[in-house]
Amino acid sequence: MADRTPAWTAAEIMSVVASRLLRDGMSCFVGIGIPSTVANLARNTHAPNLFLIYEAGALGAKPYRLPLSIGDGELAETADSVVSVPEIFNYWLQGGHIDVGYLSAAQIDRFGNLNTTVIGPDYHQPKVRLPGAGGAPEIAAHCREVTVIMRHARRAFVPRVDFVTSVGLGPAPETRSRLGFRGAGPINVITDLGILRPDPQDDELTLVAVHPGVDVRDVQDQTQWPLRVASPLEVTDAPTSEELAVLRDLISRS
Amino acid sequence: MAEHLGLSEAISRYVQDGDTVALEGFTHLIPFAAGHEIIRQGKRDLTVSRLTPDLIYDQLIGAGCVRKLLFSWGGNPGVGSLYRFRDAVENGWPAPIELEEHSHAGLTNRYVAGASGMPFTVMRGYLGNSLGEIAPHVRFLECPFTGEPVAAVRALNPDTGILHAQRADRAGNVQVWGISGVLREVVMASRRVVVTVEEVVDVLERRPGDFVIPSMAITAVCESPEGARPSYVQDYYERDNTWYRKWPEVSRDREAFLAWQDEYVMGA
Repeated sequence: MADRTPAWTAAEIMSVVASRLLRDGMSCFVGIGIPSTVANLARNTHAPNLFLIYEAGALGAKPYRLPLSIGDGELAETADSVVSVPEIFNYWLQGGHIDVGYLSAAQIDRFGNLNTTVIGPDYHQPKVRLPGAGGAPEIAAHCREVTVIMRHARRAFVPRVDFVTSVGLGPAPETRSRLGFRGAGPINVITDLGILRPDPQDDELTLVAVHPGVDVRDVQDQTQWPLRVASPLEVTDAPTSEELAVLRDLISRS
Repeated sequence: MAEHLGLSEAISRYVQDGDTVALEGFTHLIPFAAGHEIIRQGKRDLTVSRLTPDLIYDQLIGAGCVRKLLFSWGGNPGVGSLYRFRDAVENGWPAPIELEEHSHAGLTNRYVAGASGMPFTVMRGYLGNSLGEIAPHVRFLECPFTGEPVAAVRALNPDTGILHAQRADRAGNVQVWGISGVLREVVMASRRVVVTVEEVVDVLERRPGDFVIPSMAITAVCESPEGARPSYVQDYYERDNTWYRKWPEVSRDREAFLAWQDEYVMGA
């Protein structure tokens, strides 16, 4: 092998792999950044009828450019309907109308709990102050399923998050149903190295696929808990030239 | 009935040191002109509430107006950190601030309860997470009908709600369209309501998707063209994303921030 440099970036492989999980016609709760890229990539490839919901109140948004902020004018102008924030959270999300939500985080633990609040053991004396919760706790609780998208780095994949901003799958079995959460929680974690899914036995996140050219040991090195590996371990399909072309076009016009 | 006032008169009358104020507007319709007037008048010890503090509260915090911040997402959307907010939290500059942190749904529901005249309302989102443990106005109950666990969030009734809208008529009725965030909840929850508008017109021509806040729910209306820049006002001007991207450069450093404030806020 002469050239081992992949023909795509970390953000591109995450966006492409995540977009393939979306099925046409799904309702999709979209945050700014990679989630918005993923959803609009799917809408411009295999899922033209994806129903995008942005938390500022845009229902059925069809942005031509990717928005910088969650409430950009283009979202409202291209939406089927614009509703208030209480409607979004209390009726659309908590009411159980959203198929899939996307989340990212500074830390994720072995049961998919997510931290976007503070790094460090003491909330009142944080090592790093992060932006906070926003809509994440409701997305995690109420969407029928959640896809987490984040870079695979050792400081981020920790045995226990410092602060549970959004509830994942645990820590104990039945946690979600005991809390009255109807959604399944984070059933896909897409990173720049591969895909993790909860083990059906105990909900622990397990490596089920690596991206082309990624060594399993690198994934384990970048995970602070002893990462289980599914057998057989799959290799994701490389991004197609069409997927990359649409994605790059979307980014370049934004 | 709303009274038409100049912005400086309205802020001077309706924002007092120590008050709880909510300057809302979700990305759209953020009342920057009113925020800058609060800075110019040197208001102190404010408790300020906003889902997304955004640049407007970064500026109020950096100017030393804020004692306590209620918020649910403290970043510069799509760009990164709010450096004045972080400097106050991490280093106590220019003064330490107390935080009351929520999720969007949690702070929204504090306004909903306040607008409804109820002591609290219920939701699920705080169940099982750390926010539910640290937030002072969250408690856990059992549903009296089904036995399910629910989180109760306490009502929030700001002393003054401050909002921006497209236009008002002479009688002080205010017309809004586009993304409305928690605007209606803040109007109904607040003891006093100040609304800045792009323009005052004789007749409010109705538009698809608009709504009118009756004058009787509003205390003061202030004509303040471009009063939401660098955020946006649908059908008037777009969000100044270049400025949002530039804000880290202005705000990361204390001296640079103070120089900006002297020139563009105090000198305006």
